[in-house]
Parts: sequence; C-alpha cells; structure tokens
Amino acid sequence: METAKVIYRKKEWEVAAGMTVRSAIEKVGVDPSTVIPLRAKKVVNEQTLLQAGDELKLVNVISGG
Amino acid sequence: MKCDICGGLAIIGMPQNRLNLCEEHYQAWVLKMVQRAIEHHHMFMPQDRILVAVSGGKDSLGLWDILTRLGYQTEGVYIHLGITHEDYSDVSQHKVEQFAAERGLAYQVVNVRQTYGQSIPELKSTGRGKHLCAVCGLVKRHIMNRIAYEGGYACIATGHQVDDEAAILLQNALHWQSGYLGRQGPVLPSTHPRLARKVKPLCRLYERESAAYALVRGIDFVEQECPYAVRATSIFYKQILNQIEARSPGTKRQFYDGLVEGKANGELVFHSDKVDEEPALNAQDYQTCPHCGQPTLGSGLCAFCRLWEPPHE
Repeated sequence: METAKVIYRKKEWEVAAGMTVRSAIEKVGVDPSTVIPLRAKKVVNEQTLLQAGDELKLVNVISGG
Repeated sequence: MKCDICGGLAIIGMPQNRLNLCEEHYQAWVLKMVQRAIEHHHMFMPQDRILVAVSGGKDSLGLWDILTRLGYQTEGVYIHLGITHEDYSDVSQHKVEQFAAERGLAYQVVNVRQTYGQSIPELKSTGRGKHLCAVCGLVKRHIMNRIAYEGGYACIATGHQVDDEAAILLQNALHWQSGYLGRQGPVLPSTHPRLARKVKPLCRLYERESAAYALVRGIDFVEQECPYAVRATSIFYKQILNQIEARSPGTKRQFYDGLVEGKANGELVFHSDKVDEEPALNAQDYQTCPHCGQPTLGSGLCAFCRLWEPPHE
C-alpha cells in the first residue's frame, strides 16, 4: 500500500495515500482545528489529497499563558 | 478547494467567515482585518511609535510583521524570563533576534535575571507569589510599562487574538470576576502617565488564522510551548471553545465581540469591590512605589518590588 507520513510533535504515523489532509489529521487522533498542515513547508487546505511519499507536518496552533 | 476571490488553489478555509482563500489573498485579508481593528478601536495613528511585545511565538512575530507591512513605526521588546527547560528563553530570544535582523527592525532585550538578580523560575522557587504564571505576568507588565514610559511610546501592542480573549472571557465569566470582565477589551486605556496604553490589533483573528499567516510569511517562530503553560487553564478553555466552534462556527468571535460591543454601547456594565480586580480609574487614585517609582494601588512597595527581597537595584 502506498503511504504518506504525518508528523506531529516529534511523533510520526503512516497513512494511506489518497486520503484527504483532514482525514489524515483525524486518523492520527488530532483535532483539525488545533493545527495547520504543511506539505513541503507550504500551508495546504484540508481537502488536499495526499500523494504517496508526501510528508505532512502538523503545526500546533494552540498556546497557553 | 478554490480561492473565493481568484479561483486559484485555496490554502485555508474559514467556516466562520464562509471564506476560502489562496496564499496571496489570505495575506491581503489578514492585513485588512488588522487595519480595520486598529481603526475601529482607535488603537493608534500612523505617526505613533508602537512598542511591540514579542515572545518569539507565532502571534507576536506575526503581529510585528503585519504592523511593519502596514507602515506603522514599531520597535520590539523581548523579555528573557530565564526559562532553561529545553533552552526555551534562549531559543525564543534567538527567534526574535533573527526576525528583527532579517527585516532591519529595532528591538531591545530585557533579561530578568541580569537586570533584577533572579530568573522567573528562581524567583518562584523562593516562595514569593502564588503561581509562576501570575509572577511572570506581573514581572512582564512592570517591565513593559517601564520600557514604554522611558521610551515615550504611544502604546504597547500585544499578539492576543480571538482565542486568547475568548478563553480569558470564559474563565472570568465562569467565576463572575466582574472587575476583570470590566477591564477586558482590545484597548486598555492608560490610567496613569507611567502605565502604558495597551492594544491588541489581532483581536479579529482566530489563533489558527494568526498561525497560518506566520507560516505563509515564512516566519521562523518558536513552536514549543512554554513548559509552564503546558497544562495552563487557558488551553483547557480554548479546547472547550473549539469544540463549540466546530458545532457552531463563529461562536468564539460572537462571544468576545458581544462583550466588547456590550461594554461600548453601555449594555454591559461591570463593577467590583475587589482591589485586585478593579483598577484605579485616574492618576489620582494611585500612590507611588517608593522604590521603583511606578504607580501602585496600595501604600508602600508595589507588587513587583515586593517580589524581590531585598528589593532589586
């Protein structure tokens, strides 16, 4: 199966290629409203389809203090 | 997903605004939203010098970038708190310095330990102050007021956005802290010549939108969370509000805007008899700290100077 990688807070997951960014975020148990997805250091929308070999980095947007 | 303006590839969808935008039009939209907030709330004028409080995070560095692009006169101030866990304060300072150097912006750094003798964690370990975040807030407010007064800045701009404000509002409303509710808003007026006017130009942006702007602009900000804020109550309230927002987009903004508009048109009036919640309304209500000279509501040393024993030099 062709896969893409999801990276969030030093953790990595493999997800199926062809999945939307939003589905991938939910698949790894992250709330989509709390992150911005980056592919190749570019912001991508949640409906973007992941290609085989893609690396999707999720940047946390919620800060405290 | 297509950009609602040009039909190009959208990078972000904002259900609360029913708006999808590409990179170019998203940046333009953010600049417009911030400029509108500045004008609507009469925050400052083009000729004013603005002190931007920067932490190295997405919101404050994004704010500095936006104000610079809008043509305002800005200088930054970074307060090094002495948080050594994963070199948090050093890394944050480096991000600020790098940001300013790349853009040729002026800034100053105040190192709490070098200036006053102890870092924030060291100060807290001596048993002074109830909670580290409260001590940190007190120290930062004191320093920012001092820098703004000494430098003659028109105001201090901070990177608070809708999520920050809505979380504070929820917390204060749940505990009916009417004094704090009365003080909250996009502009905190100066009530004494040595207490700076404070403004929040990102008050119309969601935290997610602020982060997206910083990423689109290629701003290298600190992604790690302050180690003392990991379990902060504000994060818990933000998560609760995000759950509500997912069911009903726009709720966070309506919640906060309702407070701001209600206070502006007189429908909401708050009053508190608690000294720590209710600020003095004019300069005559204050006394002067005999050590640092900053205004204080009680007699004797101000709350900042009482943190240090003996008082800092």
